[in-house]
Amino acid sequence: MTRQPIPVSRPTDAPRPAVPAGLVSAPALRPPRDRPRRMTNLLRLLPYLKPYRVRWTAMLVAAFASLGATIAIPLMTKAVIDGPVRHHDEHGLWLLGTAALGVGMSEAILWFIRRWLVSRATMGVERDIREDLYARLQVLPMSFHNQWQSGQLLSRIMNDLSTVRRFLSFGIVFLALNIVQIVVVSGILLRLYWPLGVVVLISIVPIAATVLHNQRQYTKFSRMAQDQAGVVATGVEESALGLRVIKSFGREDYVYDRFDTQVTELFDIQLRKVRLQARFWTLLEVIPNLTLIVVLGLGAAATGDGRITLGTLVAFITMMLSLVWPIASLGFLLSLTQECMTAADRVTEIFDAPQPIADGPVNAVSPAGRLRLRDVGFRFPSDDERDSGWALRHVDLELAPGETVALVGATGSGKSVLTSLIPRLYDVSEGSIEIDGTDIRELTLPALRSTVATAFEDPTLFSLSVRENLTLGRPDATEAQITEAIDVAQAQFVHELPFGLDTRIGEQGMSLSGGQRQRLSLARAVLATPKVLVLDDTLSALDVHTEALVEHALRNVLQDVTGIVVAHRASTVLLADRVALIEKGTITHVGTHAQLLATVPSYRYLLAADDELDDGAEPDPEWSDDDRRTGLREQHDVDECTDDTCRECATLRSRPTPYGATEGAGR
Amino acid sequence: MTTTDTKTPAAEQDSDASLRWRGLMADSSGEDLVDHGSATRRNARELLGSLLAPYTKLIAALAVIVVIENAARLSVPILVQFGIDHGIPPITHHHDAHDLLVIVAVLVGVVAVQAASRVTFLRQSGRIGELALLDLRRRVFRHFQKLDVTFHDKFTSGRVVSRSTNDVEAIQDMLENGFDSLLTAVLTLIGTAVLLVVLNVELGLICLISFPVLVALAWWFRNASRRTYREVRESAALVIVQFVETMTGIKAVQAYRREPRNQEIFEEVADRYRAINEKTFRLVAIFMPSVDLVGNIMTTVVLVYGGWRVLEGHMTVGVLTAFLLYLRMFFEPMQDITQFFNTFQSASSALEKLAAVLATQPGIADPEQPVQLGTVQGAVEFDNVQFSYVEGRPVLPGLDLHIPAGQTVALVGTTGAGKTTIAKLMARFYDPVSGAVRLDGTDLRDVDQPQLRRHVVMVTQENFMFEGTVADNIRFGKPEATDAEIRAAAEAVGADQFIGELPNGYDTDVAKRGGRLSAGQRQLVAFARAFLADPAVLILDEATSSLDIPSERLVQRALETVLADRTALIIAHRLSTVEVADRVLVLEHGRVLEDGSPADLIGSADGRYAALHRAWVESLA
Repeated sequence: MTRQPIPVSRPTDAPRPAVPAGLVSAPALRPPRDRPRRMTNLLRLLPYLKPYRVRWTAMLVAAFASLGATIAIPLMTKAVIDGPVRHHDEHGLWLLGTAALGVGMSEAILWFIRRWLVSRATMGVERDIREDLYARLQVLPMSFHNQWQSGQLLSRIMNDLSTVRRFLSFGIVFLALNIVQIVVVSGILLRLYWPLGVVVLISIVPIAATVLHNQRQYTKFSRMAQDQAGVVATGVEESALGLRVIKSFGREDYVYDRFDTQVTELFDIQLRKVRLQARFWTLLEVIPNLTLIVVLGLGAAATGDGRITLGTLVAFITMMLSLVWPIASLGFLLSLTQECMTAADRVTEIFDAPQPIADGPVNAVSPAGRLRLRDVGFRFPSDDERDSGWALRHVDLELAPGETVALVGATGSGKSVLTSLIPRLYDVSEGSIEIDGTDIRELTLPALRSTVATAFEDPTLFSLSVRENLTLGRPDATEAQITEAIDVAQAQFVHELPFGLDTRIGEQGMSLSGGQRQRLSLARAVLATPKVLVLDDTLSALDVHTEALVEHALRNVLQDVTGIVVAHRASTVLLADRVALIEKGTITHVGTHAQLLATVPSYRYLLAADDELDDGAEPDPEWSDDDRRTGLREQHDVDECTDDTCRECATLRSRPTPYGATEGAGR
Repeated sequence: MTTTDTKTPAAEQDSDASLRWRGLMADSSGEDLVDHGSATRRNARELLGSLLAPYTKLIAALAVIVVIENAARLSVPILVQFGIDHGIPPITHHHDAHDLLVIVAVLVGVVAVQAASRVTFLRQSGRIGELALLDLRRRVFRHFQKLDVTFHDKFTSGRVVSRSTNDVEAIQDMLENGFDSLLTAVLTLIGTAVLLVVLNVELGLICLISFPVLVALAWWFRNASRRTYREVRESAALVIVQFVETMTGIKAVQAYRREPRNQEIFEEVADRYRAINEKTFRLVAIFMPSVDLVGNIMTTVVLVYGGWRVLEGHMTVGVLTAFLLYLRMFFEPMQDITQFFNTFQSASSALEKLAAVLATQPGIADPEQPVQLGTVQGAVEFDNVQFSYVEGRPVLPGLDLHIPAGQTVALVGTTGAGKTTIAKLMARFYDPVSGAVRLDGTDLRDVDQPQLRRHVVMVTQENFMFEGTVADNIRFGKPEATDAEIRAAAEAVGADQFIGELPNGYDTDVAKRGGRLSAGQRQLVAFARAFLADPAVLILDEATSSLDIPSERLVQRALETVLADRTALIIAHRLSTVEVADRVLVLEHGRVLEDGSPADLIGSADGRYAALHRAWVESLA
């Protein structure tokens, strides 16, 4: 970790720093309007087009120029038929032919230019927004991420952005182009021979109506089909993840029946979509053909009477047919516009998400590691009413530099949340946390997070090499330091992987067992050489033997750092100098393991393992003391017990001498 | 992303094969069942054939209909030509509109035929497509359920989901959009080519000169886009993987200040995705205007040459018009072809993948004539069972084990000792390489799955919760169970208390993957499920390893209820779980080292179990 000062926030206009700050995200986004309209969020994304504005404008110009050529070609046909052909003017024919060739070629070339330019411009916009969105998501706090499933975020960063790109690259272009084409061609048709022009204009009405109606219906069915496909996918996912359970109980038929119902429903919806589409595509061919018939009939009559020329009739027919596609695609383009506005809403929603956890001004790394929690309270910032109660309240705890405190508590008592507060994955809702007298909110996030290292209960490994996974918190670690951390965590198995430390692991690489992952996660935390080390029940998946080895090694590590250890077992508790018992979100007792075991029944309930599960092979000596533990079997006296293998006695015998046992801030 | 591993010189020297192995190219090599050989392609064709087989007659009828439809569509310009050449002169000369009216009437008829045939074709072909798709979905689902655990271990659930959804949808796309447009395009091309020549031999032949040019263009485009298509999918996958990994591991990302490096990696993959998308776009940018260029040149040629023929009096204006209309028709389908190549490509590779899955035979097959078990006592016997996952590396070198009905046996040993293998052989997730596993004297291979699953149930540490209520999840053990039975099962394992405290009791939705329940609660529900299923033999694999002590205590009590009166095999890291057993087997490298009651084993001074037990006792200190 380079400990250079990192700017608190980046001015929007400043160039990107050479070393990405990472903790800062400044999207090129316009601020939201006071009175939002449907288009607002889409317009707010417009600044992303700025770096590509020359290309994009050139693309628009090319598009309109090629439209001119498209319209000109049938008119040239008319000119040929009415001019040279009629008047036997061979020279004129060549002249017009050359002109037509020129127009035709330039149409193709302009078309090519438009497509070539648009690819760079819009793909660039898509990438830029994507990168900014990712940067923002990395900075947004845990409270945000808890509310959003990664699937939802994924659909924003992939599907929604590609919708925006499609809209920018051709949606908006063709929307404009087609409307212009329809208007201009209709005008020309009216000018050529107005009665026929009116016929064509009238025929536009049913086509447009069909198109719009179809689009509405189609969107409805598509959404239904999509939802149902989602249901089917969930069913499939469940049947794949729960496969072993399904097989164990032999419930294949039961699961299949459920799947069959879902998939049949999907089939029914799809069939309705097929019928709708069949009708639509048929109408789309039939209506223009019927118009063609009318135009032919009336046009031929008019030609026969000499009211229009033959060339006009031919141009009329070709132009009329050239209108079909622009009208038909209007429905699709309008719905793309709708989709794009929705996509823009969904994207800006993430940019607009509050970002409460930000850098403080102090970038100094604390030298000692005195940790103090002052009247800390925490509640999840959630709109879910059930969860809005306090997860933690009135938590006071002070850790001297080098001291280790174990957190013990029942599931849901708030231990894990407490550990997340220290690296500011969440911010306290009230009270404060201080390191060496500085409120952690005053520190920059890199400074804080290089001071605090956490090994989480659910060890997250990335699809990187073992080495990179280990050195996450300390990229400059030496080989010797890495080996040492590996030894502490008893993760020597990595040396036996096919490529040793360079073996790629994680989701896309080698899969490791839960215990192996936990050990790597522990090694990672240890390697970070923090001032404050937080171990959130890091040893739960280890077998007894390994656990003992890890604990032995950890003892040394914990001598030099301030440690918080979440513990479910007595063996882990013994790593700590003191124990804090958390009950219902607050610390109720602080003391040594022995003290708490002796005086706090609820602590005994949590940690005095298995005493009722003695195998009955040994007799239970009488227990003299009064014990309030109802429902649990009695403890027995160490001194009276003669059985070497008696677990309870062993527990008490190996109890460490209470050092540093000050009754702390127990309430 | 690909550069992240190449820090050491050793890593840089690695061959492609080793890079693949490390997972750098996991996405492309992950499709391990598809070797893109001719056999796979044949399989894919056979699969398609078998999906469409039930509809052969209907398809034949549709073939006729589609020809009629195209004939009707293609005859419109000719009739327009007739209208111009033969309808107009009578009007000009003797104000006689009769011929024109006849032609218009014919046109109306033709359009009616076209409408009827088109709507029929679209409906029926769509229906066949959807039916085939339904069939495919069912088959794939069924087959995945049938394939054995060994297969699923390797294949991973992610790929099961992607085969059953994405790949099926790729085929759907082709059936919905591609099929009709391809057929129409081909028929139009052939039809117009013929008509052009018939209308006017010289002009028609001139037009056909463009045909090889178009074919060459399409050929080039097809090959070029096939290459980029694959790259697009791969680079999209890289973006998705990097994104999902960051978001699911966001806690570690933030805690370890991984953001800057992540941003670098992401920008690299995002830019790669952009570049390859741009390349694809540019192929289209070349192809489409080229087709247009050819079309426009041909139009000009027809216009000039045709115009010249007309002014020389060798051709009529009507024919010229018809020619121009046909040229339009001739070039239009070419635009659709770009779209079709992509859908066709993803559909055919999807079809190959699905065919490969469907061609995989489950390693565990039902016997042809299953033995009827009758009442099962639950005696289990391993008779010289040998087993290995990889040939030459036996996990079980020859296991003999007899478990009398009703006994609870705990398996103890280090990782790799073969505990889980024994459990899985007992549940017949695997079959032994040699030797036999018997239930009440019957070889498991002679028993069909429904019977076996009725009597032998395995509960793993996953404790998978299905979507639905708590009651639904318990009922999974016995779908026909009444509510009273479900409550009884929950009470028996001591789960009734926490269920009662849930907002809606038994009808509480467990939320996604049981997110509403704690690990201990999920375990209890899983036990209730097993209790309700009431098998003669129950196997518990590491069922209690990740629980905290109060939950473990709760589960431990439930365990005793669940295990009573049945044969049980327990695997546990926590010795507390082992304590409930009648008998302990200490295993190493697939061999039984110690065998006896827990008390006996603890008693033996230098025994392994005694040593393990001591270590455990110390750990509880």
